[in-house]
Amino acid sequence: MTVAKTLEIRTSPHIVSGYGVDSIMFNVVLALLPAAAFAAYAFGLTALLTLAVAVASCAAAERWVSRRQGRSTLGDWSIVITGLLFGLTLPPSLPLWMVALGGVIATLLGKAIFGGLGQNPFNPALVGRAFLQAAFPASMTTWAPAFAEGRFGSLASSSLAFPFAKPAYDAVSAATPLARWKFDGVLTPAGDLAFGLTGGSAGETSAVLILLGGAYLIARNMMSWRIPAGLLLAVVIVSGAAHAWDPSRYAPPQFMLFSGGLMLGAVFMATDMVASPLTPLGCWLYGALIGVLIAVIRIWGAMPEGVMYAILLGNAVSPQIDRLIQPRVYGTLPKEARS
Amino acid sequence: MSLLGLKTFRHGVHPPEAKDATKDLPIRQFPFAPLLTLPLSQHLGKPAKAVVREGQEVRRGQVVAEPDGFFSVAMHAPASGVIERIGLAPSIGGQMVPALYLAPFPGSTQEVADGKPCDLQTATPDQILAAIQAAGVVGLGGAAFPTHVKLKIPEGKSADTLLINGAECEPYLTTDHRVMLEQTDDIFVGVRYLLKATGAGRCILGVEENKPDAVERLRARLPQDLPASVESLRVKYPQGAEKMLITALLGREVPSGGLPLDAHALCVNVATCAEIGRLLPHGRGIQERVITITGPAVEKKGNYRIPIGTPLRFLLDYVGVAADVNRVFLGGPMMGAAAPSLDIPITKGTSGVTAFRDLEAERTHAQVFPCIRCGYCLDACPIFLNPAELGLLARNREYQRMASERRLMDCFECGSCSYVCPAHIPLVQQFRAAKAAVRKAGAPR
Repeated sequence: MTVAKTLEIRTSPHIVSGYGVDSIMFNVVLALLPAAAFAAYAFGLTALLTLAVAVASCAAAERWVSRRQGRSTLGDWSIVITGLLFGLTLPPSLPLWMVALGGVIATLLGKAIFGGLGQNPFNPALVGRAFLQAAFPASMTTWAPAFAEGRFGSLASSSLAFPFAKPAYDAVSAATPLARWKFDGVLTPAGDLAFGLTGGSAGETSAVLILLGGAYLIARNMMSWRIPAGLLLAVVIVSGAAHAWDPSRYAPPQFMLFSGGLMLGAVFMATDMVASPLTPLGCWLYGALIGVLIAVIRIWGAMPEGVMYAILLGNAVSPQIDRLIQPRVYGTLPKEARS
Repeated sequence: MSLLGLKTFRHGVHPPEAKDATKDLPIRQFPFAPLLTLPLSQHLGKPAKAVVREGQEVRRGQVVAEPDGFFSVAMHAPASGVIERIGLAPSIGGQMVPALYLAPFPGSTQEVADGKPCDLQTATPDQILAAIQAAGVVGLGGAAFPTHVKLKIPEGKSADTLLINGAECEPYLTTDHRVMLEQTDDIFVGVRYLLKATGAGRCILGVEENKPDAVERLRARLPQDLPASVESLRVKYPQGAEKMLITALLGREVPSGGLPLDAHALCVNVATCAEIGRLLPHGRGIQERVITITGPAVEKKGNYRIPIGTPLRFLLDYVGVAADVNRVFLGGPMMGAAAPSLDIPITKGTSGVTAFRDLEAERTHAQVFPCIRCGYCLDACPIFLNPAELGLLARNREYQRMASERRLMDCFECGSCSYVCPAHIPLVQQFRAAKAAVRKAGAPR
């Protein structure tokens, strides 16, 4: 048969691997779902609504920006990750208008202003949370207890507070394990922490489910395992050394590992591809740096928790790490490659 | 280096092998086209000088063009016939190049004319190199670099090991595979010539482990007195690149900007080696070669011994292509070049013809996303470049910085970065353009 068609001329390669940015992002969303589902289970309707408003506000802001630019970027799923992560870092009973405001800030100031996907120097979800932490410190540190009675039938009264009105909190609120240790010297058993049977942010609570999601992504080569490995190792080493020095003053490393936002931060936040280094060695260093910062802030800082600031600082130095650390090019000497 | 007992290199990618359709099909003879197109330059270096006139009758195997200097090779008539015209012909690069047009005699027996044999026992290394040049031998793996130039060892350098490249890591192609199965003894004769010509003390044949029958056959036929061994290589692209082969088999690195000789090694493609073993004892030249014609759009897929100069149009008509053929390229999908015209001929460097339908071609039209710095390209690049950063620099047209700060010129364009990029950024395509711009500017490499 004669070829009767115009042939296409393109340069090689003529095949591609089949992974797309959208499929990577979608898988990250999948990996986050178990932790999100557990948050809804532990904190009930309140947490479910918080997560929904977080995702919706981020998506709405993204849609507004991309429409103005004459394109559509919702399909790459990245904003859903931002929304979910942002929601998971919040106290479940945070007034919903604050959640929505934070989501918009996360999208606009964390991502859109830098040029959208691939350009954000910081993890957008953490930018949103940092804004809320600065603007509403009291609400951001008031925690609803986990596994409260009737949590599936009713909302926390603070959730529906009017914008800029002082939210009315329910009588019962719970201190996070980190705050209890920092301010009261009470140690929560690591087992309870690992399975999320304590108070805290929506997604801070179930280390096991977070690790499960991370393991899935690592198995599919959609996440750098070196970043969480370096981070957790650094936390264990610093807090372990402190604990060995004076066990009565410093919490044991297993408590450090499973409390607060450490797991969520190590597995899903620090590993934001855009805001983390490219090279394997760079990933190790970056992870370790964040881990040391977390331990230092938690042990010697004024705040009980330091994951957010540690990761934001890590994001800030990531470009410098990439500038300093380059792979050794085949056939060159180590010194030459850094020219 | 070796991983779990199998030799390999670090990084690289795993494209689908897609060799099942043709790997078990024996080599068949391809018929003569009514008009063969013989470009005078089928190799890197200076074009050959035509020694025939328009209207002259030639015999199959007769020299029709002689090498013009050392960096050039001879060309032989692929068929007995008449030189119809000497003019221009389209080439794979798109430009028109000088060529001979040969019309084979329809009824001829097409017997091959023998030349002056090169006797392995008595020939000196230089005589062997001259015979290789006279036989018109170039790298048949695709580079088409004149083999005798590669084998000529400059003063002060030496090769201790000859590597015969049977990796065939390019998807779809099964040319080398069939040659290893069907021309096993030619390969070993070729190895003897090559060892003598280069003074190398030993030879290693490297074959990817997805060709166990070839490894087995090579080992079984390996002559006792030949200082050679056959090694299995892990299946990974681009294992067949010279640098990767040297690293996998010898654990050495070729210095940046250097040649395999700087790592005391020489690599010769297995089909090239087999041709040397087949041609030199008879004083013949290359007038045909083995190619794989394959791809989802091809009806009669297979491995063929095809006359040099067969136009693509005749070839596709003969094997039959699907109605929705979209793209035809010479070579395999990772490094093959898309044909700009169906009038370009099969040349010595063509290892295969692959045709894609709309369905396969569409996959490379996927939406381009911004770089998300996933680092897949860093894990893919076999020479440890930083394609992500090179891509950003390329977007800003910082070509000189790419070369001076990020070693752009070390890129050998295997395409692994583009293959894995989930954002579908045309990385290697940009690097090719950048390299051309840097070369044009004459910057130090």
